[in-house]
Amino acid sequence: MKTVDLAEQSLRELNQSLHDGELIRDVREWRVIHPNGAHNIACGLNDAVSVDIDGHAGYYCAGMNQQASVTVHGNVGVGVAENMMSGVVRVKGDASQSAGATAHGGLLVIEGNAAARCGISMKGVDIVVKGNIGPMSAFMGQAGCLVVCGDAGDALGDSIYEAHLYVKGSVGTLGADCVEKEMRAEHREELATLLKRAGIDDDPTDFRRYGSARELYHFKVDNASAY
Amino acid sequence: MCGIVGLYLKNPAWESRLGELFEPMLIAMTDRGPDSAGFSVYGDEYNAGIKLTLQSDDEAFDWAVLADRLGEAFGGVDGWFRNANVAVFKLAAAEAPLRAWLDEQAPDVRVLSAGQSIEILKGVGLPASIAERFQLKGMRGSHAIGHTRMATESAVTLQGSHPFSTGLDLCLVHNGSLSNHNRLRDKLKREGIGFDTDNDSEVAAGYLTWRLGKGESLTQALKGALKDLDGFFTFTIGTRDGFAVVRDPISCKPAVIAETDDYVAMASEYRALAGLPGIQRARVWEPEPATIYVWERDGAKVEAA
Repeated sequence: MKTVDLAEQSLRELNQSLHDGELIRDVREWRVIHPNGAHNIACGLNDAVSVDIDGHAGYYCAGMNQQASVTVHGNVGVGVAENMMSGVVRVKGDASQSAGATAHGGLLVIEGNAAARCGISMKGVDIVVKGNIGPMSAFMGQAGCLVVCGDAGDALGDSIYEAHLYVKGSVGTLGADCVEKEMRAEHREELATLLKRAGIDDDPTDFRRYGSARELYHFKVDNASAY
Repeated sequence: MCGIVGLYLKNPAWESRLGELFEPMLIAMTDRGPDSAGFSVYGDEYNAGIKLTLQSDDEAFDWAVLADRLGEAFGGVDGWFRNANVAVFKLAAAEAPLRAWLDEQAPDVRVLSAGQSIEILKGVGLPASIAERFQLKGMRGSHAIGHTRMATESAVTLQGSHPFSTGLDLCLVHNGSLSNHNRLRDKLKREGIGFDTDNDSEVAAGYLTWRLGKGESLTQALKGALKDLDGFFTFTIGTRDGFAVVRDPISCKPAVIAETDDYVAMASEYRALAGLPGIQRARVWEPEPATIYVWERDGAKVEAA
């Protein structure tokens, strides 16, 4: 394991090292200390390394991740795991806005709460939040799953496409075109797998499913006069 | 984008360290606002009258002459000192006649703040240079509110710098932009509120002045602001006793709060809080949208609007 102290070394050096093919072939485990809320820690990783960040991280932590496993032992700022392609990002504390925004794949686990717009425009990522999520989450969610073990804020799933939303607690309001849907066996199975991967032992039967009513999908000739 | 920071010391034993703790918070937000910076410091209470922070664009302005003339007009000045191109005066007089006299006798001098506790210092330039110019590091007091500005709604001038004074001992700093500020400014002007700039944040400050002038509490005024101000905002408001934080209903602009037994601190980003003592053990969270958080001497009060 290699430890990088951000009080001693620059963030640019750290991110450069994590992109150094030769270096990361030999050192697979990294630990970052004194992150002090710095932005863009462990961004754009493209190898199956593991990075532990000891403390709070700032904006866009582990953004664009591919293959790597990043764990933040603290809170994260705006846009954690933004545009993640694969790999795992785990936040032990709370996440700010737009967690997992536009992410195409991988697993994002937030053990605390996530603020507004969690999973905005998600495109295939799986997001599991142990706590609550803020308003406008999964806005325009296209694919992937958002699992919320706590409560969801207002306008959940506004203008959602095909993302799967599972919420155990209450939902403030549902956004445009988002409706509650039947929990079938395949959904319980999907949810059980996700909870297991996230290391959470909640009972899948306690959750409710939400998704698109698909009313916004197509141009409706009845509305032509409105344009 | 702008940066805002606030530090309220619960533990009076820390008051001599206010500037030393607060300066790095302000400077940490330089990336969010390199155009101008400002801060208000609360402390050094003067209860016999009013404390005015005055500013002149003329670096060589003769404050001693102004002190003499103020003394003649108002029966003496209890104390005054100069800090760069700003001076703080303490007089046993009321606010309105003082402002009227200054308007007439020293029209080039600007009133940055008035009250019993508040002093506002601000200027154009990098936060580090503003902090150095006013020697923020050595300041003591109970709490401080600061702002680093990235100008979007109006020119980079001293007048556009925050904090904006919103009545006696009150100030406001703003991260965001208001979309209905022009219409609201016209309405407030008709209500007798004066404005120096085209800045949207000054309208928010003027709005609070107006509501407070009607006898409302700060919480009531902020509830009104949530209803009447359209746009994006995180506000931090300094009061004589403490401070308040409020975000718009869609929480567009960032804010993070840290609380320990010794202090409450807020900032646009966690980076600004990272150096505070005991931060590792602090309770750190993001304030909820459309929720008013107030800390005063009698403890925290959180009120959903």
